Amino acid sequence: MSLNRVVITGCGAISPYGQGVAALVDGVWASRATVQAMPEWGRIDGLHSLLAAPVPELAVKELLSRNLRRTMGPMAIYATLAAREAVAQAALNEDYLASGEVGVAVGSTTGSPSAYEDFYRRYLPDEAIDGIKSGEFFKIMGHSCAANVCLALGIRGEQWAPVSACASSCQAIGLGYLLIKSGRQQAMLCGGADEVHPSVTGVFDVVRAASQRNGQPASSPRPFDRDRDGVVCGGGSGILVLENYQAACARGATILGEIIGFGNVSDSEHIANPHEDAMAGAMRKAMAEAGVEGSQVDYVNAHATGTLQGDLAEARAIGMVLGPGAAVSSCKGHIGHTLGAAAALESIVVLEMLRRQEAVPTLNLENPDPECAVVDLIKKVEKRNLNMVLKNNFALGGVNSALVIRRQES
Amino acid sequence: MMTDDELRRKVVETLAEEFELDPEAMQPEATLFDDLGLDSLDAVDMVVALEKTFGMKLTDKESLQAVRTMNDLFELLIRLKGVQGGQQT
Repeated sequence: MSLNRVVITGCGAISPYGQGVAALVDGVWASRATVQAMPEWGRIDGLHSLLAAPVPELAVKELLSRNLRRTMGPMAIYATLAAREAVAQAALNEDYLASGEVGVAVGSTTGSPSAYEDFYRRYLPDEAIDGIKSGEFFKIMGHSCAANVCLALGIRGEQWAPVSACASSCQAIGLGYLLIKSGRQQAMLCGGADEVHPSVTGVFDVVRAASQRNGQPASSPRPFDRDRDGVVCGGGSGILVLENYQAACARGATILGEIIGFGNVSDSEHIANPHEDAMAGAMRKAMAEAGVEGSQVDYVNAHATGTLQGDLAEARAIGMVLGPGAAVSSCKGHIGHTLGAAAALESIVVLEMLRRQEAVPTLNLENPDPECAVVDLIKKVEKRNLNMVLKNNFALGGVNSALVIRRQES
Repeated sequence: MMTDDELRRKVVETLAEEFELDPEAMQPEATLFDDLGLDSLDAVDMVVALEKTFGMKLTDKESLQAVRTMNDLFELLIRLKGVQGGQQT
């Protein structure tokens, strides 16, 4: 079986900057912080982190019809709007979407936590389900985003929902890449989504991994900084259109980049702790599949969420694989940790870096932790020859994933 | 107890709100599925919404399944009002 090349022909984003790829890119290049104080979370006993990077309010009634919205929590709304944007940029028409040649791989950490809250608010006090609306389950189910995207866009190919928390959309992109590479699908809408909710931040808070810089929201999170104190959760969705290279060329699509390697390694060491050997393993697997040497990697877009252990382990892993000269930054300082959306939103930023030939620094990285400075932590927006990029994403549960993204020669 | 006309107005108001429908389109002869675009999931939510509005229980599945038009719905609720003495909640 011959293997197909896999290129990216469209992007869509809902992010803490608002709707659209342009808002995301403009915000990142302007170094604009999106993290805000969440004083209303102060009512929740035991929650110490009152910070988040939520998606600004969207005019959803104008953007989506009621019969679509009725089965969507916020995360599925984000995914559907991002998917529409990606499909529009890639210029995939309705017939092609319905042909069975186009599939979907969109993941999230869980189903919509706000829908869970609605359901259990009714269910738990009296163990009653009467009065619960018919659409609730479809917001809660683990494949809510994928299912709603397929329905809203009339997609009849394969439907997948990789669910691996913070690595969900990295795995979704990796899965789409494999399906196209193997010839099962001609194109895939790949990415992920998540929404801000205190229970999600609470998960990190319980394990002492959530930032508590409540009085200075814009200064957090601080990936690789000596004063970093944890994750700030964000919301949104990123969707990429992955496409068979030959098919994309045949229809004259604009090619934004190419996926040439995917590493996906389980560490089996600890359910919560990062493991630098497994991180390095994921990067090495992706590079080996891509046929790329360390010297050819021009930049690493790190997972780095601003936790004490995670950033350190990743910096060391990158140093092990690429050496001390590796140029590294993280997008988490800009948009927080958008969990299931992170890899896809960050890949969109990477594609813009490839287009502009500029690397963007980590927002809030003021005083690099000497222990993290085993790689070249970028300090400012700088012109670079960017041809080959590693995109890392890791998740609780021992998930370590990496993509190699290559600039398309013009 | 509310009059039949008040009940009809309240039904229209409730369903217009619940399903973002134009009240003008909700004429007595309008069919719920074909004319108003509702489906089986909406039928479930319609019952929930009407039960909440009128404080009545719509548990007679056969009568509900026989409802095709807005007028069928009005008639069913008017009948139930007589039996259960529905009250606005």
